Amino acid sequence: MKEKIANEIANLLSKAVIDLPRDVEEALKKAMENEEGVAKAQLMAILKNIELARKQKKPMCQDTGTLTFFVKLGVNFPYRDIIKDAIIEGVRKATLQVPLRPNAVDVLTGKNSGDNTGRFIPPIHWELTDGDDCIITAMPKGGGSENMSTLRMLKPGVGLKGVKKFVLEWMVEAAGNPCPPTVVGVGIGGGADVSMELAKKALLRKVGQRHENKEIAKMEEELLEAINSTGIGAMGLGGKITVLDVHVEVAHRHPASLPVAIAVQCWADRRKSIRIDKEGKIWNID
Amino acid sequence: MEYRLSLPIGEEEIMKINAGDVLYINGIIVTARDEAHKKAIEMYDAGKTLPVDFSKVAVFHCGPIIKREGDEWQVIAAGPTTSSRMEIFEYDFIKRFHTRIIIGKGGMGEKTAKACKEFKAIYAAFTGGAAVLAANAIKKVKDVFWLDELGMPEALWVLEVENFGPLTVTIDAHGRNLTEEVKQKAREIAAKIEF
Repeated sequence: MKEKIANEIANLLSKAVIDLPRDVEEALKKAMENEEGVAKAQLMAILKNIELARKQKKPMCQDTGTLTFFVKLGVNFPYRDIIKDAIIEGVRKATLQVPLRPNAVDVLTGKNSGDNTGRFIPPIHWELTDGDDCIITAMPKGGGSENMSTLRMLKPGVGLKGVKKFVLEWMVEAAGNPCPPTVVGVGIGGGADVSMELAKKALLRKVGQRHENKEIAKMEEELLEAINSTGIGAMGLGGKITVLDVHVEVAHRHPASLPVAIAVQCWADRRKSIRIDKEGKIWNID
Repeated sequence: MEYRLSLPIGEEEIMKINAGDVLYINGIIVTARDEAHKKAIEMYDAGKTLPVDFSKVAVFHCGPIIKREGDEWQVIAAGPTTSSRMEIFEYDFIKRFHTRIIIGKGGMGEKTAKACKEFKAIYAAFTGGAAVLAANAIKKVKDVFWLDELGMPEALWVLEVENFGPLTVTIDAHGRNLTEEVKQKAREIAAKIEF
């Protein structure tokens, strides 16, 4: 079973790096139609690249990222003891087969492990759920956009206005670096660790999917409009569309703290999920 | 303006190019990221001979995916990497090697723009992430250096390209820096937004 799941993980990664989710592609198409000049040319190149990647079965970007996993593990899932090893094995297989770029470097020696695994890598975020199945989402996270992620411990006195101001100013300074048009995940509250995890998890939402809380949804729309009004544009060359969407998640905070984490995802907003049932059958769930 | 350039390219041709122009390149480009920039500068300063004459090629900020097939290297994906990481090296690099064209993504800062003006060079952006588009314009891997030492993403890959583009010139040899202009304007707009 471990071998079977490892093969499925390799398949999942292969699909994730080759085939961009339709919601992202649609948003890019819409952006292209609304742009002109240099920005339009950039978006046309992106869309052509997406098509070529699918046709030639090649990764859409050479930075196939840090292979990040989000696992919802049912407490009664029968194969819970092998899932971690199967994910790591799947990463090694995909690195050879697709191939993926080796992106795991030893902090002390500077040596690349060559197979995308290493200390705490690939990162796996675990969430225990009721039931007997397991849902695995792969998010190949590029380094260029990850470098524009950040955390700021704001003073609670600045309030939500201060939060929004910080996100806006940060995305202006990020400019063309994270390969815009990007998707921005914002995590507010909880503490340094929780806010960053929320910011990353916010990126799992589809483009256009608003938060169920109306106030948070409004904040998302406000930020989307504000960032796009600055004119950074595709690749920072100037244009109307800098971000495809902004997703906000919140947690209760300590009275003295107002943590705000920003996780930036490049236009290659790659994510794919599978569900494994208790019989070991695998389902694509995108 | 749109230009089709064949490398190597001289000062006169570089001076004709302006920020905002679109380029397609034929000839040899060489990938170099953080580690390669650092190593090249250190080797030069130690009086050692470099494996590549950087004045005759375009330097491409890129860490490609390349697969060995028999005796050949096959380029799978080769889009640009974020150039701002190389900002700390680029002035010293251009000063030493007289590279005429730097290719990357995201734009570069003041020091690189200064080098471009002083030593007659330009910086052009390839669409970030468009790795298959880039790979399709690469006709052949001519050579590779520093692969064992630096690993696949950081090595110097010597690539023969045909119609490599579209590249948007963001820094010209006249002192203009397009992405910095866009950023400056964005800062002014953002400062006026009230939530």
